[in-house]
Amino acid sequence: MNTLPIVDDPVAEPQTVQGRPRSTFRKRTRRSASRPALGWQIITIALLAMLASYFLLPVYWLAVATTKSPGDLTDSFGLWFKNPEPLTAVRNVLTYNDGIYLRWTFNSILYAGLGAAVATLLAAMAGYALAKYEFRGRNLVFNLILAGVLIPSTMLTVPLFLLFSKVGLADTYLAVLIPSVVSPFGVYLTRIYAESAIPNELIEAARIDGASEVRIFFTLSLRIMTPALVTVFLFQFVGVWNNFFLPLIMLTDENLHPVTLGIYNWTADYRHPEIAHLAIAGSFLSVVPLMIAIVVMQRFWRGGLTQGSVKG
Amino acid sequence: MSIRRSERQAATGFLLPFVFLYLFVFVLPIGYAAYQSFLKTERSGLGLGASGAARTVFAGLDNYRLALAKPEFIDGMVRVFGFALVEVPLMIGTATLLALLLDAASARWVPLFRSSFFLPYGVPGVIASILWGFLYVPNVSPIVEVLGHVGLNLDPLGSSTATFWSLANIVTWEFAGYNMLILVAQLKAIDNELYEAARIDGANAWHEIRHIKLPLIRPAIVLTTIFTIIGTLQLFAEPFVLKGKSTAIDSSYTPNLAAYTQAFTNNNQHLAAAQAVILALATSLLSFGFLYLVGRKANR
Repeated sequence: MNTLPIVDDPVAEPQTVQGRPRSTFRKRTRRSASRPALGWQIITIALLAMLASYFLLPVYWLAVATTKSPGDLTDSFGLWFKNPEPLTAVRNVLTYNDGIYLRWTFNSILYAGLGAAVATLLAAMAGYALAKYEFRGRNLVFNLILAGVLIPSTMLTVPLFLLFSKVGLADTYLAVLIPSVVSPFGVYLTRIYAESAIPNELIEAARIDGASEVRIFFTLSLRIMTPALVTVFLFQFVGVWNNFFLPLIMLTDENLHPVTLGIYNWTADYRHPEIAHLAIAGSFLSVVPLMIAIVVMQRFWRGGLTQGSVKG
Repeated sequence: MSIRRSERQAATGFLLPFVFLYLFVFVLPIGYAAYQSFLKTERSGLGLGASGAARTVFAGLDNYRLALAKPEFIDGMVRVFGFALVEVPLMIGTATLLALLLDAASARWVPLFRSSFFLPYGVPGVIASILWGFLYVPNVSPIVEVLGHVGLNLDPLGSSTATFWSLANIVTWEFAGYNMLILVAQLKAIDNELYEAARIDGANAWHEIRHIKLPLIRPAIVLTTIFTIIGTLQLFAEPFVLKGKSTAIDSSYTPNLAAYTQAFTNNNQHLAAAQAVILALATSLLSFGFLYLVGRKANR
């Protein structure tokens, strides 16, 4: 299943713009805390804990399985350690085939990091232009871009591959990077954010002071739009990192693979069970950084298309 | 006037890079897929091996006719529609439950639980499928083992029905937390005064959910439903990864899988293009149909 990078943006909370997110958040949560009786609180927490274990259990299993030998994987209980040798597994993954795993990881970071950075900048420019300049056809352009949010990217990938093979772009870094720098969602988000967060008077004042449009954008507007930019970057990063269909179709050269595709090929190697076993530790290693990022960057995962529907 | 012109130039300059790439990556492929779907490759001569020269000719609706005449493609289509029928309530129900529970919980616990629910979103679909793939294999899976001790003998990939639900489980696991986040954002936007007024009127927690929270997060529910419909109809990575582990999954298990097989195994890009177009049309029909139903109900 493909992810559309729609969720939750910082526009939802004007207090972030005013720079006091924390106090407002506390006040709000205190309200809900004072409401239900203790018994209900316990039932709620119990339910939440049960649900959390459903979401965490597979990842925990993966961590345990990483430390096991192929024999222990089938012979011992999956949720507890047996002869743990985490370093062996990690070493095997990192050294297999001259350290191709590290190369895949580097590729993933390149695709997701560079792709998301460029996507964010392009989206910010377009969103800002659509929010702050009046021109004919502005809404038409915006709606056409918005339609892109609803287009499943899997539908585009095969024809894009055929086009790319014609111009010699298939099986290159650019084959994955070019589609990754276009984020219609980013344009949507930066537009509604710029509209509400950047005062027109501020832009006018900068113009009177003689600043050029480009300078106003890069020194003033971009800075104000930062919370929205972080959100766009995060969703695009995860979107590109998690995308499997695009690299699967575009890339045959193993050296260009992102880590997801590389690991998949390991599991698909049925003739060599020891390679399939590498996929377990490989999966675990690849998942850890993203999980940390999700927890650390938690407060940026918010707002989004729903905000538009709230405003009507 | 000179200011106006510089502004227009700036707007064009800011928009152009995105619009150009958007046309190249989104609009052009759609046009190209449609164009490809009306062509076919013909071999002159008797078509023995590579001896006949291949040429591309206009095919009219042949590819569409061919696609719709393939029972396995229709089966895949019906399967993903059935999948959406199961997955949408499962996904939206789980996400709503998570969001409402988080909204009701004491603040101290919220960040911890929210992260746990959202964590799977950071696990790529392929990795999630590999991971659950292990958890579905009886001699590896601790879940199957524990349930076996209680007398519940599961073989999650043993039959076509079991495989179907096992796939539904992976998709729910991956995206319920993500959808929850959309709902939580909208729940947080609800005006506190509404709760105060309700409490004065003697409303309990259940009344608040039923008459304030659910109606006010309706737009977010509609949105997550649309994206779940689109996502499930595009199902690819999960069955693709589990194909080797379940005999129930064939090379045209979902329309996307069928199109992939046509394009890369059978080398029939034209038929693949027609299949992709059919899927895209069906998807938009379903999501717009849903929006229409929702809109009609709201206007009544």
